[in-house]
Amino acid sequence: MEKYRVVIIGGGPAGLAAALESFKNLKGDKRVLIIERDRFLGGILNQCIHPGFGLHYFNEELTGPEYAHRFVEQVLENRIGYLTETHVIDITSEKEIVAVNKKGLKRIKADSIVLAMGCRERTRGAIITPGTRPAGIFTAGQAQRFINIEGYRIGKKAVIVGSGDIGLIMARRLTLEGIEVKAVVEIMPYSTGLRRNIVQCLDDFGIPLLLSHKLVKIHGKYRVEGVTIAKVDSQLQEIPSTERFIECDTVLFSVGLIPENELSKKAGIVLDMRTGGPVVDNTFSTSQKGIFACGNVLHVHDLVDNVTKEAQTAGRYAAIYSQHPELFEDNIHINVVAKDGIRYVVPQKLNKNFVQPFVLRFRVDNLYKDAVVTISNAGKILIEVKKSILTPGEMQSIEISQKILSQLDFSSDIVVSLQNI
Amino acid sequence: MQKNKVTCILCPRGCTIERNVQGEKIELNGFGCKRGLEWAKEEFTNPKRILTTTLHVKDGEIEFVPVRTNLPIPKDNIFEAILLLKNIEVVAPVEIGSVIMKNILDTGADVIATRRVSKKNSSND
Ligand SMILES: Cc1cc2nc3c(=O)[nH]c(=O)nc-3n(C[C@H](O)[C@H](O)[C@H](O)COP(=O)(O)OP(=O)(O)OC[C@H]3O[C@@H](n4cnc5c(N)ncnc54)[C@H](O)[C@@H]3O)c2cc1C
Ligand code: SF4
Repeated sequence: MEKYRVVIIGGGPAGLAAALESFKNLKGDKRVLIIERDRFLGGILNQCIHPGFGLHYFNEELTGPEYAHRFVEQVLENRIGYLTETHVIDITSEKEIVAVNKKGLKRIKADSIVLAMGCRERTRGAIITPGTRPAGIFTAGQAQRFINIEGYRIGKKAVIVGSGDIGLIMARRLTLEGIEVKAVVEIMPYSTGLRRNIVQCLDDFGIPLLLSHKLVKIHGKYRVEGVTIAKVDSQLQEIPSTERFIECDTVLFSVGLIPENELSKKAGIVLDMRTGGPVVDNTFSTSQKGIFACGNVLHVHDLVDNVTKEAQTAGRYAAIYSQHPELFEDNIHINVVAKDGIRYVVPQKLNKNFVQPFVLRFRVDNLYKDAVVTISNAGKILIEVKKSILTPGEMQSIEISQKILSQLDFSSDIVVSLQNI
Repeated sequence: MQKNKVTCILCPRGCTIERNVQGEKIELNGFGCKRGLEWAKEEFTNPKRILTTTLHVKDGEIEFVPVRTNLPIPKDNIFEAILLLKNIEVVAPVEIGSVIMKNILDTGADVIATRRVSKKNSSND
C-alpha cells in the first residue's frame, strides 16, 4: 500500500491551499498527495469565470480560474503529488483511503488526511416543488458548468429560483449569453446574495428580484413551458389569489448548498447539524484524530479568500499531527457555543494544546440592524463588536487574539451571542 | 437609461445614493462616506464593468476558454463587445493572461485569457 504523510481529498481551493501549507510545514519526508475526481485541479473555481475572487487575499480582483491557477502553479513548482480523475470512495478511521480511477482500485495510507471535498447544491426536490418533470430544469451550478465549460446553450427564457450569489451570478451570465431572465424569485424578504452581485447582476440588466415570492408550480410536458409564482406572508405561506404565471423554458434552482460529507460519515466523523459539516476545533481537527476538514465541506463559504486561509491552517496542523499526534488526544477541548441569534460558529471547540490566535467564523439566523456580537467566557465579556447590519448570507468573522486567549478560563465554554442595542 | 439612484457596493452597509439634478446643479445624497461618494459620481456618469465570457477554442484540451477584459469597460459597450468576441477564432495553446483581442471597441482594455488551454492530446497536461 502506498504511504503518504498527508493526503488531501479534493483539489479545489481548499485542497490546494491545505496541500501547500502541509508541504511547507513537513520536515524530512514531505510526501503529500492531492486526490481530485475531476479532470483538472481547481474545483468549482474552474466554472466561476466571473471576477470577484481574491480581493482580500491578493488585493486584486481575479476570476475563479485565475485564482486557482496561482495555487496550482505552486503545487506544480513544489512537485506536490496529485491524482486527477480519481474518486475517493472510502476513508476509514485508521486513515486508509480507497480510491478508483481508470487504472482500477487504489489503497493509500496516510498519517493525516485533510477533507476538502467542497459542497453540492440543493435541488428542486429539497424545496418540494410541485408540477411536472420536463426538460429545462437545472441547479444553478449545473447550468454554470454546462455554459462555461461545456458551452451548451441551455434555453431561451429563464426564471431563477433563489437569490443567493450563484443564482445572481447566473442571472447575469444567462443575460450575456442571450438568454432572457424573466425574474429571480426569492421566498425570503431579503436576498442572501452579496450586495455587489445584486447591483451588478440584476440591477445592471433590469432583472426583477421578487422578494417574498415563491415558486408554486412548474408547467410543461416535455420542456418547461412556464412557472406559477405567488407572494408569501411573513410565515412564508402563500397568499391566496396572488398567483402569477411566467412563461419560460428554463428554470434554475439556486436554493442552497450542502457540505459533501458522505465520506466523513463513513469515517465515523461527528457532524454539526447546523453547518452540515464536521465538528472541528481550532486546528480544524475533526472528531477522528488525524482527519482534518476545511473549505465548503466544513461549512459553506461565500468568499474563497476565507476558504484559503482556513485551509492553510488545516494543512499546517495536518502536518503537525503527522509529527506529534499526542497533541491531539481526547479531553483537551473547551466548547465554543453559538447562542441568541448566532446560527452557528466554526470552530466549535478550542484545543488547549494550541492556544494560538485564530478566527471565529459564524452566521446569524436572521436579518439584524445595529446589533452587538459578544464573545464571553465564564460570565465575562471578552469582546464586543458593533455591527450596523448582519444578514444570514454574509459570513462574519472575529479574530481571537493572544490577549483575549490569555484571559480565558479553561473550565468554561466560550459563548458567541448577539444582542440588539 | 438615466438612473437617479444607485446602491453602493463598496462595503456591507450598502448605502442608497440619490442624485438630484436642479438645472446646472447636481447634488448627491445618502452616501455614508467619501469613498462611496467618489464611487457614486463615476457610477452616475460613466459606469464601468469587467466583462467576462467564454470563447470557443480550436484544438484545445477543453473546448472553451474563459476570458475577461483587463480593465473595466463602459457598461454600455458590454453587449457589443460580446458579439464582437464571439466572431473571433481562438486556437490552442492559450496561455493564461495572453491577449485575445487588443483595445476592444477602443475602450483601452484588452481581452485576456483567464485559463491555460494546452493543445489537445499534448502530454504536458
Ligand atoms: C457559483 C459559485 C460562485 C461563487 N462566486 C464567488 C465569488 O465571486 N467570490 C468568491 O470569493 N467566492 C465565490 N464562490 C465561493 C468559492 O468558490 C467557494 O467557497 C470555494 O470554491 C470552495 O472551495 P472548496 O475547495 O471547499 O470546494 P470546491 O471548489 O468545490 O472543491 C472541492 C473539490 O473536491 C472534489 N471532490 C469532491 N468529492 C471528492 C471525492 N470523493 N474524491 C475526489 N475528489 C472529490 C471536487 O471534484 C472538487 O474539485 C462561489 C462559489 C460558487 C459555487
Ligand atoms: S457609501 Fe461608504 S458607507 Fe455607504 S456603502 Fe458605500 S462605502 Fe459603505
